[in-house]
Amino acid sequence: MALMKVKFDLKKRVKLAQMLWLMYWFSVMAGVLVFSMGMFFKIELRKRSELMDNNESHFMPNLLIGVGLLTCGINAFGGKICYDSLDTSKFAKWKSMLKPFLICCLIFNVLLFVTGLLCFAMRIPLQFTLAEGLKNGMKYYKDTDTPGRCYMKRTLDLMQMEFRCCGNNDYKDWFEIQWISNRYLDFSSKEVKDRISSNVDGRYLLDGVPFSCCNPSSPRPCIQHQMTNNSAHYSYDHYTEELNIWKRGCRDALVSYYGGLMGTIGILVLLVTVLEVLVMVGLQYVNTAFSSLANPEDPESESEGWILEKTVKETFTDIMAKMRAMGKTNQVEEGAEEQGAASAS
Amino acid sequence: MSLLKIKFSFQRRVRLAQGLWLLSWAAVFSGATTFGLGVFLKTELHRRAEVMHTMDIHMVPNLLMAVGLASVGINICAGRICQDSMDATRFARWKSYMIPFFCLALFFTTLMLVAMILSYALQPSLEESLKVGLKNGIRFYKDTDTPGRCFQKETIDRLQIEFKCCGNTNFKDWFEVQWINNRYLDFTSQEVKDRVRSNVDGRYLVDGVPFSCCNPSSPRPCIQYHLLDNAAHHNYEYQTEELNLYNRGCREALVTYYMGIMNTIGPGVMSVFLLQMTVLASLRYLQTSMEAVEGQENVEVDTEGYILEKGVKETVKELKEKLLKLVQFGQVDAAAEGQGAEDGASAEKAATPESK
Repeated sequence: MALMKVKFDLKKRVKLAQMLWLMYWFSVMAGVLVFSMGMFFKIELRKRSELMDNNESHFMPNLLIGVGLLTCGINAFGGKICYDSLDTSKFAKWKSMLKPFLICCLIFNVLLFVTGLLCFAMRIPLQFTLAEGLKNGMKYYKDTDTPGRCYMKRTLDLMQMEFRCCGNNDYKDWFEIQWISNRYLDFSSKEVKDRISSNVDGRYLLDGVPFSCCNPSSPRPCIQHQMTNNSAHYSYDHYTEELNIWKRGCRDALVSYYGGLMGTIGILVLLVTVLEVLVMVGLQYVNTAFSSLANPEDPESESEGWILEKTVKETFTDIMAKMRAMGKTNQVEEGAEEQGAASAS
Repeated sequence: MSLLKIKFSFQRRVRLAQGLWLLSWAAVFSGATTFGLGVFLKTELHRRAEVMHTMDIHMVPNLLMAVGLASVGINICAGRICQDSMDATRFARWKSYMIPFFCLALFFTTLMLVAMILSYALQPSLEESLKVGLKNGIRFYKDTDTPGRCFQKETIDRLQIEFKCCGNTNFKDWFEVQWINNRYLDFTSQEVKDRVRSNVDGRYLVDGVPFSCCNPSSPRPCIQYHLLDNAAHHNYEYQTEELNLYNRGCREALVTYYMGIMNTIGPGVMSVFLLQMTVLASLRYLQTSMEAVEGQENVEVDTEGYILEKGVKETVKELKEKLLKLVQFGQVDAAAEGQGAEDGASAEKAATPESK
């Protein structure tokens, strides 16, 4: 009993071929979309590469770009087959290639599905990469005179303003590192000497944050320095002050941004997978309907289309039997060779 | 002598009609693009409407949108006329509409040129509007507790961060305005009392700027306060310090931004204008050459097409005479009616005594 058998007359066959041709072009556009999403993701990762640990992996965007290109290619080829299927002479030359092509399509669909799932899974390694990278970035904030790190200050400032975040986990991370370069510290002043001698490493630590942490929505001008000292500012209580600087940490902000991006791409890839599966099923119908004409000479005769020639169980047992037969043939061949070698010697 | 007469064989007429049909669809697309550009410019102007005092400059995007829509309509009509021109009977029904159609089309096409000229002519007005708008914005920066003005601080801060500018003309504008609200000033402190007393209006003026003026490219952490006091900061000289704050004023930044947009739109509108004029000229040739075919038995005869039937001077003279006639006709009509009413009244008068 064939799986999902459908009767086709000429009109139905023509309609099937036309619809499938349109769907193939739609899938080519979907492939272009996946490709461009991969490119966009790669560019976004490159933009923040300074804030990520050195070994940031470009595996995901590269995979997306490759899969996008493959989708375009396979679907363009499938569309050509569809276009030719209406002309019996042209279709004859494609007939032999169709079965291997369909198996290729099946493998490709599995690959697409795995890519979609990977998009969601890659959030976790990204989180670790960002945490390490941000910590180092903040350490090098003050090194604007060290070649190779002189742009870290600008990168961090722009990132904190764009993503509306401050520090790694929150703004208190800035209290634990020296973010003012020694060139701008007056070492003859008592205050500086006190602060430096107050900790083991001789760093100038203060309870202040850079200006890029300031929140423009605050009703009062930004308080950046002496943040934990309520008496330093009029009518200020650092326990209840909420709008002064950004409360969110940059790791959270970046992870949610990239996580959201990857989530959207993942959903898109899964939808494209569904489209590809439909298109593959359609092509199988075209293959069987156009090959099984009741009267091969008459193009207007009826035909039947199906997904699998026998039921799923029977097809499965057939495949297993074939594989075993291939295995036995190898064994018989080896046995014959050994015999031949033994008799020869 | 007709203006720009060209001979058209049947083949040439067919080619003209086909070429014009394609051209009119290209012109529909470019009309839609003009409309889109107008919408974009209007959105960008609207986004910064809070720092603009007058809305004069909105004339440019409004004109662009109107012209874009009109262009789409005109070109769709031109395409239909083209399609009908292949069949002489169907073409005949367009006859009476052609002259008004051309007048309307020419009017809207000239509006395109007007829009382009306005985009340059209104630049001083834009600058003036921004000057007043930014001055007010900076003045009301501190009023975060006054309803209606409470978002001024956030607007100005975001503007300065986004456009990388500070103040109206430059950062010194902030020294002349009190930008810290009285609620956050400790009026018992000596420093505050001194500053408030130092000027006539009792304002708290500082030589400092808001944080949004800070330049992230500066190698040192931002210096916002005591900007003119070299001794207040280690290794600092305000006369030579360049990277600490943004050097540009926001008025200059915004004017540059908007003029950049309009300079990009300008050549686009120019090319749409030229395309539209080509479409109209070709349509006129098609119309005149088809009119000569009308009434003839052999449709494939050679005809002539022209822009104006007589020379420019003669056409203008004819138009003047027509207008005068219309005016006179109106006067004669009025006079005739007046006469007729009098006659009717006297006839009635004559009739009534008789009936009596």
